[in-house]
Amino acid sequence: MRLAFSIALRFLKSGKGQTILIVLGISVGVAVQLFIGSLIQGLQINLVNTTIGNSPQITITPTNTEKTIKDWERALYEAKISSNDIINLSVAADGPASFDYESDIDPVLIRGFELKNGNKIYGFEEGLYSGQLPSRKDEAIIGRELAEKTETNVNDKILIVSPFGGAIRLTVTGLYDLKVSSINETWVITNLETAQDILGIGNQVTGVEMQVNEVFEADKIAKSLAYTLSLPEVKVDNWKDQNQQLLSGLNGQSVSSIMIQVFVLVAVLLGISSVLAISVVQRSKQLGILKAMGIKDRDASLIFVFQGLMLGILGAILGITLGFGLLISFTTFAVNPDGTPVVPIYINNGFVALSGVFAIISAMTASLIPARLSSNLNPIEVIKNG
Amino acid sequence: MADIIRLKDINKIYGDKIKTQVLFDINLNFDAGSFNSIIGESGSGKSTMLNIIGTLDKPTSGEVYISGDRTDTLDKQALASLRNQTMGFIFQFHYLLPEFTAKENILMPYKIHDYHVPKDVDEWADELLQLVGLTKVSKNLANDMSGGQQQRTAIARALINRPKIILADEPTGNLDSDSTENVYKILRDINERYKTTFVIITHDQRIAEKTDRIIEVKDGRIHLDFKR
Ligand SMILES: Nc1ncnc2c1ncn2[C@@H]1O[C@H](COP(=O)(O)OP(=O)(O)OP(=O)(O)O)[C@@H](O)[C@H]1O
Ligand SMILES: [Mg+2]
Repeated sequence: MRLAFSIALRFLKSGKGQTILIVLGISVGVAVQLFIGSLIQGLQINLVNTTIGNSPQITITPTNTEKTIKDWERALYEAKISSNDIINLSVAADGPASFDYESDIDPVLIRGFELKNGNKIYGFEEGLYSGQLPSRKDEAIIGRELAEKTETNVNDKILIVSPFGGAIRLTVTGLYDLKVSSINETWVITNLETAQDILGIGNQVTGVEMQVNEVFEADKIAKSLAYTLSLPEVKVDNWKDQNQQLLSGLNGQSVSSIMIQVFVLVAVLLGISSVLAISVVQRSKQLGILKAMGIKDRDASLIFVFQGLMLGILGAILGITLGFGLLISFTTFAVNPDGTPVVPIYINNGFVALSGVFAIISAMTASLIPARLSSNLNPIEVIKNG
Repeated sequence: MADIIRLKDINKIYGDKIKTQVLFDINLNFDAGSFNSIIGESGSGKSTMLNIIGTLDKPTSGEVYISGDRTDTLDKQALASLRNQTMGFIFQFHYLLPEFTAKENILMPYKIHDYHVPKDVDEWADELLQLVGLTKVSKNLANDMSGGQQQRTAIARALINRPKIILADEPTGNLDSDSTENVYKILRDINERYKTTFVIITHDQRIAEKTDRIIEVKDGRIHLDFKR
């Protein structure tokens, strides 16, 4: 065993050119695999984040005729106990209204939140480019597009007409840009009380919204939430059910990314295997003499397994280093005009470790054919043929 | 004296479709501690016979005994350790491992059996280096030595496990006459000191004449068996 190892090491050292070539081959394979894998993962996380990062991932909505939830405090409590993965719980009072300004009347959506909680989901505060969040009743923030169209500035008063005809004046405390024009155009955001007033729903809400720690687990979490909820006449929705198309797109991307990675690794495996097989032929004289001197067939084949193992480890280490180099240069050089990387890359330690282990296992697997050749080699062939 | 090597009714036939018989009913015994030579024309079957004795090749029929134990029926594993423990090989082409130094090559048969080399074995290797006159080049890689030095390294390597038998196939085949004389002296010296049995194939008449027994092979048969 140890002899096989030391012979393997000596063979690798004495065939330096060949060793370097194989190690380079493996490491390029690992680097490409790591780069593609991390890039696709980064793309997907990025896509999911922009799509659902700043929106509720699970919602409880009423199904009764009034479209309101009375006992929402209970809903909040039950959501909290149903899963540890639920975060950023918030209630909302939503309803249509009209924005009456100098030249026209525009339909808007009144959205009332307990702003501290709603902010955690939607990031209002971050989106403010002027002024501040509403702090009391009859204050509101509106989006960039709406503000520009209606020529509204911070501290202006705006006139909102409720669906029942009542009119209320709200003070604009801030202007936001949430990077989604349909929101910017229509959402008038207030505290809960103001919205409840305008919509005439008393102390009730029209929905309970929340986010989760593991976005891809949202469907399961929603299911257990639905099971826990004791409220009548509500339904639980989650983003996955509402974004099937996005999900199947992501899935297709993952599958093709895995295919690429697998093919890269197969190419590497074939490469190592053929080079090691050649090296058995090159070393057949040595193997023949070792066998004549009584080395066991098992040790003779271990020589090549150890070579595969060492090449795999070296290749994996170098490949991971190279892969990181590629990723770092990609995030440094492929940047948006504002300096942020085009695709923010997420380094997934598990994935890195997996590709390393995979490379080592591949290299060892690749060494099995040469190991067999070596085990089957008959010393007499070598001895006779000089 | 006990027979350390015994060949009984050995036949060797090569090929499946076109059969070439190379050895015919060979019966041959070697005394322990004897110093023997095999001579004969090229193609007469000398190497084939030696390889069968050395368990590297199998007879088509017949029985082979080493120290009284039958070997032609053993499996590869058992043969490997038998070779490692009881035989030393010296081939015409030296067959050193070029990746290793002279001393490492000499220690290789020991390491095949036990990777850890104890002090006394290491000293024995140095002694062998001394015996074959290679102390100065002990750290040279195999290819960084002359042909004669490589051959002497191979001799030292054959001795490291103190085998009972040494099988040599034209050990001086490509050496000049001085080196030939030198190698022969070393072999003879070892034979006398350690009572090792030698079977040496040689083309060199002068070497053959100095051995205790000359066996001449002709067309796959023992043509002449001359003991002194
Ligand atoms: N694999 C084989 N198939 C067929 N014939 C073979 C095979 N190996 C050896 N022979 C034949 O067996 C005969 C004996 O060969 P061997 O090597 O024993 O001769 P040798 O006496 O050692 O000759 P030399 O002095 O040239 O080394 C030769 O005629 C050779 O051609
Ligand atoms: Mg021969």
